[in-house]
Amino acid sequence: MSYKIFIPRDSSSISLGADKVYQEISNESKKRNIDINIIRNGSRGLFWLEPMIEVETSKGRVAYGPVNVSDITSLFDNEFFLGNKHPLCLGITEDIKWLKNQERLTYARVGITDPVSIDDYERLDGFKGLKNSLKLSQENIVKEIADSGLRGRGGAAFPTGIKWKTVLDAPSEKKYIVCNADEGDSGTFSDRMIMENDPFVLIEGMIIAGLAVGADQGYIYLRSEYPHALEILNEAIDIALKKGYLGKNILGSDFSFNLEVTRAAGAYICGEETSLLESLEGKRGMVRYKPPLPAIEGLYGKPTVVNNVISLATVPIIMDKGASFYANFGMGRSKGTLPIQLAGNLKQTGLIEKAFGISLRELLYDFGGGSATGKPIKAVQVGGPLGAFLPEEQFDTPLDYEKFSEIKAVVGHGGIVAFDDTVDMSKMARYSFEFCAIESCGKCTPCRIGSTRGMEVIDKIKGGIEQEKNVSLLRDLGDTMVNGSLCAMGGMTPFPVISALNFFPEDFGLEKTETSA
Amino acid sequence: MTLSTSQLEKIQVHIGEYLNVPGALLPLMHAIQDDLGFVPEESYKPISKAYNLSVAEIHGFVTFYHHFRTHLPGKNILQICRAESCQAMGSENIENYCQEKLGIDYHQTTKDNSITLEPVYCLGNCACSPAIMINEDVVGRVTPEKIDQIIKEARES
Repeated sequence: MSYKIFIPRDSSSISLGADKVYQEISNESKKRNIDINIIRNGSRGLFWLEPMIEVETSKGRVAYGPVNVSDITSLFDNEFFLGNKHPLCLGITEDIKWLKNQERLTYARVGITDPVSIDDYERLDGFKGLKNSLKLSQENIVKEIADSGLRGRGGAAFPTGIKWKTVLDAPSEKKYIVCNADEGDSGTFSDRMIMENDPFVLIEGMIIAGLAVGADQGYIYLRSEYPHALEILNEAIDIALKKGYLGKNILGSDFSFNLEVTRAAGAYICGEETSLLESLEGKRGMVRYKPPLPAIEGLYGKPTVVNNVISLATVPIIMDKGASFYANFGMGRSKGTLPIQLAGNLKQTGLIEKAFGISLRELLYDFGGGSATGKPIKAVQVGGPLGAFLPEEQFDTPLDYEKFSEIKAVVGHGGIVAFDDTVDMSKMARYSFEFCAIESCGKCTPCRIGSTRGMEVIDKIKGGIEQEKNVSLLRDLGDTMVNGSLCAMGGMTPFPVISALNFFPEDFGLEKTETSA
Repeated sequence: MTLSTSQLEKIQVHIGEYLNVPGALLPLMHAIQDDLGFVPEESYKPISKAYNLSVAEIHGFVTFYHHFRTHLPGKNILQICRAESCQAMGSENIENYCQEKLGIDYHQTTKDNSITLEPVYCLGNCACSPAIMINEDVVGRVTPEKIDQIIKEARES
């Protein structure tokens, strides 16, 4: 009898040695003449435990982690392949508190299946959403998405149903579905995890989007920093094509859809949708004026749905289980679940899919286990490099688009980066400007030049030069950037800067009172 | 630097490959860089002719994107993540350590041509910060010891 062992192939797991563990386990099993069947599954997203391997037993899967190559002899000595005890044994995977306390909808299969096994995908409800959609009118698919309350998970939180309706209603022979997979925000990896660990769910979501709005061509604009995701996506697309889920007359219907991956080239700004479209057209990624909206005049001037990976990957479960099933999760106008990514200085980092409404404090301490260094958490940045820094007194804010907006913060793409008390917040503020100067497309003057001037002004404040005058200059500059930039790059860079100044003036060499606006 | 005949031929082949592809410049430049290791400025003229664009437009395109380079890099490319999550876990020490150990700054190549050092802004490995990428392999929870090993392997490759 052969024993089933799961070793993840997610790039983060590999970055911690999963490939070497795989190699060593297969060598050792041959040496000991033990018949094992290794499946390269996705990661469950418990990265402090990676490489986390699992063994199939009659009670369910049993997990071990973090496994180093040096642990493998003792794992075999203890007959781990039977699910036996070992110091690294974590018990039944599904019972691990971190996983048990989640609501995994979009990530239902992530970490469980072999990412490129279409049989695994079909067995665990895959393509049910597509099959249901093929029986519905375009209007009814769009209505279902609208009723689910799904909002753009890329960061802007625009209602997906309204976007789709606009494209559906735009008369044109040619329309496009573009997936924004240019996940450039620091502290985020949820798109990468979908693409590497359950690529078919993204493919299915894009097919449904095409069907709903009448588009026959899709592009996944994938950042060049994700070579592993590129490989897996291309493999999955080939398999889907062979199985008749892509290409002409999908599942015998008269709907046809072609899907391609386009490799981006390392420009953060291309995560902004109009800049992304320019780049896809083979141009510099310069931001476009809006209107016209991409939904009306997008790729090559045609109506285009531009959606983030998570938005599209959430479509299949909505079309499978229904709008109200999804809308029953969450709070207020933030319906459904959000994949939250815990990163930076935390003991327990990884992916948590949870209904909206959980507080930062619960995430940082209950899930995150506090800082990795054991020092107090001084600040967190939520929503990537353009998100505000939040001090401890704001940790009780529930994760909800509106509640965050009330405190001038953003949920964004759900990334949370924690810093301990050794962080110098004036340095982080300066870095925000530096990043903006490096990544600005250069179209709007406040962003292109303001970012460099901003670094200089912070240097002056820190150097004690005319502090009062320079603080007010910094606030003015922030105001000009917010109001004078076309997109979020210039328009939001002041968020982290001004929040750092407001909450941590002492790091700038200022008294608390000097900074009040 | 003048290109060899075989390099020029390769460029011509790639130009032909993408002539009828919408948004050709992006895949074309990737093909050239994957093949030659860089996008030589000498390729601008033949590309501009084939695609009916100006040399300035090609130059503007190539230099807009951080991924494309116009000079041949060292045998290995070491990218260090400078983004917030890695900063929160001490990436600045890793940056300093690499720069000191290799004796070069960002965008430079070691004298023995073994390593080119580049900054990168997020590798999506933020749950395992600090992170670096050596060629196409991401390494998480990097320590000076891990860097020593990576540099040693790169020099021997």
